Amino acid sequence: MAKTYYDPADLRKFGNITEWSEELGTKFFEYYNKVFEEGTLTAREKSLIALAVAHTEQCPYCIDAYTKDGLQRGVTKEEMMEAIHVGAAIKSGATLVHGVQMMNKVNKLEM
Amino acid sequence: MKKSLLARNNDLANTKKQLEFLSNGIFANGELPSFKEKIKEAQNFSLRPKKLEILQINVGYMCNQVCAHCHVDAGPDRKEIMTQETMKACLDLLKKTEVHTLDITGGAPEMNPNFRWFVEEASKIGVKDFIVRSNLTIIKANKKYADLPAFFKKHNIHVVSSMPHWTQGKTDKQRGNGVFNKSIQALKELNAVGYGMPNSNLQLDLVYNPSGAFLPGDQTALENDFKKALLDDFGIQFHKLFAITNLPISRFLDYLIASENYEDYMYALVDAFNASTLENVMCTNTISVGWDGYLYDCDFNQMLNLKVDSNVKHISQYNEELLQNRDIVINQHCYGCTAGAGSSCQGVVA
Repeated sequence: MAKTYYDPADLRKFGNITEWSEELGTKFFEYYNKVFEEGTLTAREKSLIALAVAHTEQCPYCIDAYTKDGLQRGVTKEEMMEAIHVGAAIKSGATLVHGVQMMNKVNKLEM
Repeated sequence: MKKSLLARNNDLANTKKQLEFLSNGIFANGELPSFKEKIKEAQNFSLRPKKLEILQINVGYMCNQVCAHCHVDAGPDRKEIMTQETMKACLDLLKKTEVHTLDITGGAPEMNPNFRWFVEEASKIGVKDFIVRSNLTIIKANKKYADLPAFFKKHNIHVVSSMPHWTQGKTDKQRGNGVFNKSIQALKELNAVGYGMPNSNLQLDLVYNPSGAFLPGDQTALENDFKKALLDDFGIQFHKLFAITNLPISRFLDYLIASENYEDYMYALVDAFNASTLENVMCTNTISVGWDGYLYDCDFNQMLNLKVDSNVKHISQYNEELLQNRDIVINQHCYGCTAGAGSSCQGVVA
């Protein structure tokens, strides 16, 4: 067993998932690659969204991949950090908005 | 200002050490295929030249900048300069061949004391596309270079200049403190004489090299971003952007090793190998002439001291028929020209 749960070298092996389920793996990568093509959103915009989601998902592979992808596209570090703040704001907002549920419950239970 | 690898007595100033490094490790233990194995797998024959179309002449390694990624290891401390005698041999060669592009590079080619004489003589011979690779800051380096925009215009030179990003931080990190502001001033001066303007015949193109251990993104998308940012922020215009991959040699190799990015970078290059680029990689239609008149398949091979695999090795022995009947000399650095959409001194190739 590996000494650590995450090994940066494993990112290069991502494509290997197809080996144990060829049809599903192939369909996934076709979909994945299609998603990131230029569309109504630019590939650059999609890369920044992916970077923000990579952080909210706390996926170290995705963070590595989309930091590098952003650099390749000329994205600046300031743009990357702003994108991460968008993810963080949604993540913290999602926590805090549940505060309303807590407030509702308190109001219902208290005299 | 930093010094060249040579001035620092860095091991990698020795080209044999670079080639040793590129041939060992992940390429020797079978983790990654050598470039030779990879192209054999792709097309089952060796890389051969087609018609000679581009003559690239390196007139010296002296430069006013010491860029962190420089494959030439150029800098103010480099003394290798092409003599007028070798330049005359280049002019004779130019008259004999049917090349459509003459590409003058360095170092900073303008620092060669015979640069202007050479440009004047070469422009009399006439080639369709006469490129000078100018680092831009040379125009602002000294009063004696201030009239370069007018000089380029007089000889209808196609100016190709490096600009790794439209922001100061990224540019200065790669090319040295103050380079961005001077480059912006120089670009404005080139625009002022007509270079880079819409519908102008005075061609001004920029070269984008990634400022780190990653590959260039899509050339067209980067060109659009550069054009918008330079116009919005500085009122600067240019024609095309060439996205060029950094090859793992010289100072960029030194950086990759020191920053522990070498293996990941080589994996990225090998993973991005695109067999369809082999048809048009620049070594198939280019000859690179070194400052001392020796001949190479490309400027990168020149910097690794990998001379052409032919009985004709020097400009004084030039024989196109013999020279074109050669195998191109390859090594692992060649992966840099076949990654993704490919890379050449004229940008993508696929």
